[in-house]
Amino acid sequence: MNMDTPVTINTAAANGFLGKLRRYGIIYLELWKNSVIREMQFKTNFIMWIFVELLWFTLQLTFIGVIYMHTDRIATWTKWEVVMLIGASHFIQQLYTAIFLTNVVQLSEHIRTGKLDFMLLLPVNTRFIISFRQVDLGGFVNAASAVVVMAYAAKQLELVPSAAQIFGFLMLCVVGIAIHYSLMFTLTAVSFWTVRAQGIVWAYYNLFNIARLPDAAFRGWFKVFFTFAIPMLLVTNVPVKLLVQKLGSPFEMVVLAGMGVLCAIISEGVWRVSVKHYTSASS
Amino acid sequence: MEKYWHVINIGIQNTLVYRMNFLFRSVFGLIPLMATIFLWRAVYEGKDGGDISGYTLAKMVSYYLIVTIVDALTAVTEDDWHIAADIKDGNISQFLIKPVDYLTYRLSLFFAGRAVYTAVAIFPVIIFIFFQREFFVLPPDALTFVLFMVSMVLTALLQFFISYTMALLAFWVLEVSTFIFILFAIEYIAGGHLFPIDILPPLVAKILYLTPFPYQMFFPVSIYLGQATGVELWRGLAIQSFWVVATYCLARFVWHRGIRKYSAVGG
Repeated sequence: MNMDTPVTINTAAANGFLGKLRRYGIIYLELWKNSVIREMQFKTNFIMWIFVELLWFTLQLTFIGVIYMHTDRIATWTKWEVVMLIGASHFIQQLYTAIFLTNVVQLSEHIRTGKLDFMLLLPVNTRFIISFRQVDLGGFVNAASAVVVMAYAAKQLELVPSAAQIFGFLMLCVVGIAIHYSLMFTLTAVSFWTVRAQGIVWAYYNLFNIARLPDAAFRGWFKVFFTFAIPMLLVTNVPVKLLVQKLGSPFEMVVLAGMGVLCAIISEGVWRVSVKHYTSASS
Repeated sequence: MEKYWHVINIGIQNTLVYRMNFLFRSVFGLIPLMATIFLWRAVYEGKDGGDISGYTLAKMVSYYLIVTIVDALTAVTEDDWHIAADIKDGNISQFLIKPVDYLTYRLSLFFAGRAVYTAVAIFPVIIFIFFQREFFVLPPDALTFVLFMVSMVLTALLQFFISYTMALLAFWVLEVSTFIFILFAIEYIAGGHLFPIDILPPLVAKILYLTPFPYQMFFPVSIYLGQATGVELWRGLAIQSFWVVATYCLARFVWHRGIRKYSAVGG
């Protein structure tokens, strides 16, 4: 709806990789500005949603608190390690929400209303404009609340992570967000074939529930499936294990990165096939 | 009365359209359930066969399985959104002139929706329970099971009246979705979806028992598991009935206030 803001781009500068990066940087900045303006129109709503997310976050922490009233270990995980895990999971999920969620969800809507036609015509990469159209600023606020909880858990664990550990943690979080994005994007691409893709989004939300649980509690086919098919048990567990020095071997990080690359390749493949099969809603 | 049977009939036919959606929903809903079971198994393994506030592992797993069944049968899923939308879009005007009571109409649609959902979700849930059968306990006796069913009907009514009243907020505020989500979060924890509330410290559990929330889920499940027996059971049923009547009256009251406001806006 805010696409009509003209963005002037110097075409001469759009040559080469750096030029391209600069050009997309400028476009993304404009999209950010639009999002801020949009959010500020509904201030109360903005604050209410942050409150809702905070409530659910508290709920998850309460659940863990109640479990640890009756035990002091879940498999190999102690209480504050799990709190760290829940915090990290919330951190990843909220950053994902901030940057991607609304956009990915809206894809089916763009197809239904025929808006996708218009996007395909824009002189930018279509997947870029679909994925980054809006920013959900509340997500950043919620991610900050997760950082507070993680810092508190680190204090309880008497953990002083080195700069390298924090850097590694953040990089692995980026991989985690990329995996969530790739998987959900792949799933919503189904809406090229059927109109009702809303259920898919809801289904994916169930998977976030697994990502916040300690991997050591899982066994058998469930563990294999959610590690190597849908890597939910890796996205949060691996970065947290790096932080609390629980990694069995550095190989776990390689697996996470490898799964990230694999998911990205699959989602790009599915996207290309889908667009090729796309025959506008109006025709 | 007969006209509401027609509403139920139409409701069933309309919701049948979503049967694939329901199937999808119920199947994916089993994934977090499975994860919760794994989590509790790990907890019990660390305790070497002890129990937690009277729950053995089998009882704990059964708790979540019964919650899933009660939830399929009684949860308000989209009704509240539809009610809020009806008010916002002015669709309720027609009910003010037709001899149809909106609350009864909505309740009929709610029952129709639950009937279809249960009919669809029953298959994946039964298959799932079959695989968990070593952890699935049966109710102690037939009477318990009957009382469990009675309590479940009351739960459905309670869930509906509370959600209905919440959706009526649409008369006063533009955006009810945040309110609905906040209520849902409270019901989720205080109602016992997340964990049985009697594993909480006794004082906290006692305080929760003063609210209607445990009667929205925890109470029927505790009947099934034989946790609530004798006087406690009958008293619980009485309190649950009280909450049903109270929330019904509240729903009626809020509707009347809302309609006054609504008419005023419509001129």
